[in-house]
Amino acid sequence: MDNLLSIITFIPLIAALILAGFLRGNDEAAQLNAKRIGLWATGATFFVSLFLIFQFDPSNTDFQFVEERDWLFGLKYKMGVDGISVLFVMLTTFMMPLVIAASWDVKTRVKEYITAFLILETLMLGVFMALDLVLFYLFFEAGLIPMFLIIGIWGGANRVYASFKFFLYTFLGSVLMLVAMIAMYVEAGTTDIQALLSHDFSSATFPLLGFEVVGGLQTLLWLAFFASFAVKMPMWPVHTWLPDAHVQAPTAGSVVLAAILLKLGGYGLIRFSLPMFPVASELLAPLVLWMSAIAIVYTSLVALAQEDMKKLIAYSSVAHMGYVTMGIFAANQQGIDGAIFQMLSHGFISGALFLCVGVIYDRMHTREISAYGGLVNRMPAYALIFMLFTMANVGLPGTSGFVGEFLTLMGVFQVNTWVAVVATSGVILSAAYALWLYRRVVMGDLIKESLKSITDMTRREKWIFAPLVAMTLLLGVYPALVTDVIGPSVGNLIDTRETALAEYRATTQIADGGQ
Amino acid sequence: METIILFSPLIGSLICGFGWRLIGEQAGMVVATGLLFLSMLLSWIVFFTFDGVTEQIQIMRWIESGSLSTDWAIRMDRLTAIMLVVVTTVSALVHLYSFGYMAHDDHFREGETYRSRFFAYLSFFTFTMLMLVTADNLVQMFFGWEGVGVASYLLIGFYIRKASAGAAAMKAFIVNRVGDFAFLLGIFALFYLTDSINLSDVFAAAPELAETQISFLWGEWNAAEVIAVLLFMGAMGKSAQLLLHTWLPDAMEGPTPVSALIHAATMVTAGVFLVCRMSPIMEFAPYATTFVVYIGAATAFFAATVGLVQNDIKRVIAYSTCSQLGYMFVAAGVGMYSAAMFHLFTHAFFKAMLFLGAGSVIHGMHHEQDMRNYGGLRHKMPYTFWAMMIGTLAITGVGIPLTHIGFAGFLSKDAIIESAFASGTMAGGFAFWSLVIAACFTSFYSWRLMFMTFFGEPRGNKHTHEHAHESPVTMLAPLGVLALGAVFAGMIWFGSFFGHTDQVARFYGIPLAGEVHASDDRGAETTEAHGDAHDEAAGDDHGDGAKAADGHGDDHHAAFGGKPGEGAIYIGEDNTILDDAHAVSALVKASPFIAMLTGLILAYIMYIRRPDLPAKLAENQRPLYEFLLNKWYFDEIYDAVFVKPAKALGNFLWKRGDGNVIDGGINGLAMGIIPFFTRLAGRAQSGYLFHYAGAMILGIVILVTWVMVGGAG
Repeated sequence: MDNLLSIITFIPLIAALILAGFLRGNDEAAQLNAKRIGLWATGATFFVSLFLIFQFDPSNTDFQFVEERDWLFGLKYKMGVDGISVLFVMLTTFMMPLVIAASWDVKTRVKEYITAFLILETLMLGVFMALDLVLFYLFFEAGLIPMFLIIGIWGGANRVYASFKFFLYTFLGSVLMLVAMIAMYVEAGTTDIQALLSHDFSSATFPLLGFEVVGGLQTLLWLAFFASFAVKMPMWPVHTWLPDAHVQAPTAGSVVLAAILLKLGGYGLIRFSLPMFPVASELLAPLVLWMSAIAIVYTSLVALAQEDMKKLIAYSSVAHMGYVTMGIFAANQQGIDGAIFQMLSHGFISGALFLCVGVIYDRMHTREISAYGGLVNRMPAYALIFMLFTMANVGLPGTSGFVGEFLTLMGVFQVNTWVAVVATSGVILSAAYALWLYRRVVMGDLIKESLKSITDMTRREKWIFAPLVAMTLLLGVYPALVTDVIGPSVGNLIDTRETALAEYRATTQIADGGQ
Repeated sequence: METIILFSPLIGSLICGFGWRLIGEQAGMVVATGLLFLSMLLSWIVFFTFDGVTEQIQIMRWIESGSLSTDWAIRMDRLTAIMLVVVTTVSALVHLYSFGYMAHDDHFREGETYRSRFFAYLSFFTFTMLMLVTADNLVQMFFGWEGVGVASYLLIGFYIRKASAGAAAMKAFIVNRVGDFAFLLGIFALFYLTDSINLSDVFAAAPELAETQISFLWGEWNAAEVIAVLLFMGAMGKSAQLLLHTWLPDAMEGPTPVSALIHAATMVTAGVFLVCRMSPIMEFAPYATTFVVYIGAATAFFAATVGLVQNDIKRVIAYSTCSQLGYMFVAAGVGMYSAAMFHLFTHAFFKAMLFLGAGSVIHGMHHEQDMRNYGGLRHKMPYTFWAMMIGTLAITGVGIPLTHIGFAGFLSKDAIIESAFASGTMAGGFAFWSLVIAACFTSFYSWRLMFMTFFGEPRGNKHTHEHAHESPVTMLAPLGVLALGAVFAGMIWFGSFFGHTDQVARFYGIPLAGEVHASDDRGAETTEAHGDAHDEAAGDDHGDGAKAADGHGDDHHAAFGGKPGEGAIYIGEDNTILDDAHAVSALVKASPFIAMLTGLILAYIMYIRRPDLPAKLAENQRPLYEFLLNKWYFDEIYDAVFVKPAKALGNFLWKRGDGNVIDGGINGLAMGIIPFFTRLAGRAQSGYLFHYAGAMILGIVILVTWVMVGGAG
């Protein structure tokens, strides 16, 4: 199949169009149909994406399944995947059916709701596959809109504030990225990502407004991209939109946000910042490493103080994304492998944790930690699953959470031991906030009158968790499933980067010597 | 066979934990226990047939990234073999014991199934513990390390309705994580320096590490020292050594079989195992091992003092465990790894027995744990009494001085005290005196426990005493088996652990120096390894080795040899503690015995002859008594220094950092510079979200078009 990637990308969009165009009425039956169409479409996408992963050749570090067409205004439509992106595609197609299944109890504007999620899937898949700058930008920014609507329409009481905060943050970053993309086009004369990857952006120092910009154009471009990706990650100190967005978003929205949308930033850093601007990355790596280390400690401490379950998990997400950025800018095999692994694993684990919150929110309609306590007495299955994901979140060996943390920390230790020590202290703090949450919600005697009749998970809920449990344990015990796929591409990235850096060092040395 | 030993507890755990709905609760428990007995049987076969040659068994690939390559694999050597029998034996007996102990439990309501869960956790714990001791690389060991932590967390918090149990479980896990933090850093440092975390590669690189400098944090350090200290800090957490010990007494919130298995015999000894396992690195890190000696000795002393005044029967034994672990670390620290393993081995038997005996008392007394409410129980529980008596004789170290005849603790504890003395360093001297005093205290609190529980008049609730009863046979049988170990384990294996050099060398599969010197490449290796330590020419090194080999003249006192990684433990060339310890004076050899007698006599006077004395003493020495009763105020200090500030800081960063600074700044920026957005926000609040989204799409389209047209132009 020559256009496998396009098929995968656009199945959800076509389903969304069918839904929006042909489904009439808003009665029970119509709602059920909408959900069924959503489930079938996302399920079919996942099924087709299996062909992608089975035909994918990990040993080939080039882009595979490449499609190239002309589009409007002479723009190029170019898609392709390599070892770095293919698993993000799989993560997306894997999570979306679960997200739809987790939305089965939504009652308001069901058709629009499902449509929004389907469009969102197409856009997210597009981000991971796009091999053209403009196409990437379109997918990347347009993805904001459905998410914005999901929070703004189906969210909680304070949803408008949250959705605007979300929008403002991400949009400000995007504007800078857009400017940088224009500059790249002007400099390189192409928007083809493959070509840009091998383009040598100038790293000669030049003066700007009285400052000497070391690393030159690369540094400026890097900063512009970083502004956008750092917000998307989110990195400290531009993370404050995330807790609000999570708290207000409906459960399924939180799951998509945590499991997939947060990965766009990390993917961007690996796809653009690191290989395209190697000199700037090297110069600015200490900044990112320290921001990551601070993020891990800072947000873990903040998580300790939370009284709202979703906020706590949101802050824990920020801390876990800190490991990702740290691993990426450690820029060695363990670091980047670990960062990608951590992103995939965090997709399953944080998704599952938000689902865990959703399960009891659906029953009690509150996320206040103090409203719960002693749930194990009436919900043993829930207690077990929540325990598993709490431990995975803490990074217990044998779950996927460990592998990512371990590799990123191992990677950064080789670069900067201070950062490694500060970041490793996160393993203590994460245990503290996660186990304390678990204890307050699940353990103890069931005293509260309101909880006396709470029921354990339904069969549907258990089936939603089953694949997540399986993936978390499978990747924890046999991580080679992932590292085999990403390893060669990451290795290639590092080699190319090292070559570029060696050249830069040689030229600066000559320049220094000449003075 | 090792694979069967390793995985049968896991299978048992899964069958019992998930399968009991199909096969019934009782059947699930029987399956789990049966599989453990199978594991135990095979472990003993392995232990007796093991030939000393290190063997690796691959199971599956694990974490791989670049040059990092780790497998799930078993490393089979003498250390593993010892740990296998310790873990599986105690675990199998505890499983059996739990049939009786967990039969009825007031913490659970009628009709609730909790026993299958309990057995599943026990078996799961055993699996992770076996994973730890069989690990072929450090990450796998870390898997077991954290796995036992989780099992311990689940079992301490087993009484889910009890708030204090939940708190204790959490505390145990978090305090352990502090140790794990250092352990992880140690692993990273090893990988950074040796490009591998497989034990055999690491061991082979040990001499090189001793000469490498690593820049770590603010300074340049000797690599072997840094790694050794980091790994030992990991061990401090798991083995509840001073500063990281606070979780262990609280862990007694768990059911008593758990305390016996996890918090006495197996998991807490993992730290000692780690230090012995890493002996090739420790031997090249003299400062780190001195640190180990100090911490171990201080713990042994500190925990023994606290044990003197505790009233909860389980807490007394918990502090006793903490103290005994200190003994083991002293042995490992002075380079006598074999003595550490010896005490680990015998301690597992008698401490498990003391705990199970205490459990039997608690069971018979309807979950009363305060010794002030016991008294005169030897008539009601004769078997338990005799079991506890044997355990006490073993832990206090009763035997015939200057011979090798005595209870298990007599031989292993004396071995440690002699080794500490023989090391001749300042740390060794400190350790010797701490340990001798601690031995006196050990004897005092152990006999105090016996006298308060089994002698004198019944105290406390009369009703409880009337209904006090002996435990069922499922609980007594394990006591009997452990009693055998507590009596004979020391005498049988004395030679292997602490006998002549050639006996010990054969046991651990360590080549002797004479054999090694015959081989050709040895000279070069030695020079390389010790070039830094002795700045002189290579010739001197040979002199050194030769001195070690025949320094003691005695014809069959050969010296240890071999390269790091050959044999289960590595003894450096200048490490002659074993011979030195054998040569210490009779007074030193007899000192623990004298200390034991002193403690016994004191306890006898205070709790049998003059039962009014302890209260008076406590009244006279109020501040000291309070200090000890409150465990040196460690919990209070930690709460004030770490827990409360962490929470306050979290709150501050959230409200002020996130709230005022970041959000305040960004809102100010956005709302100030771009009033455009505020207008939109106003509109959106009135419900025009779709319009807004439309505007966004339009904006993007316009921007992109502009880029392309503008760019092309």
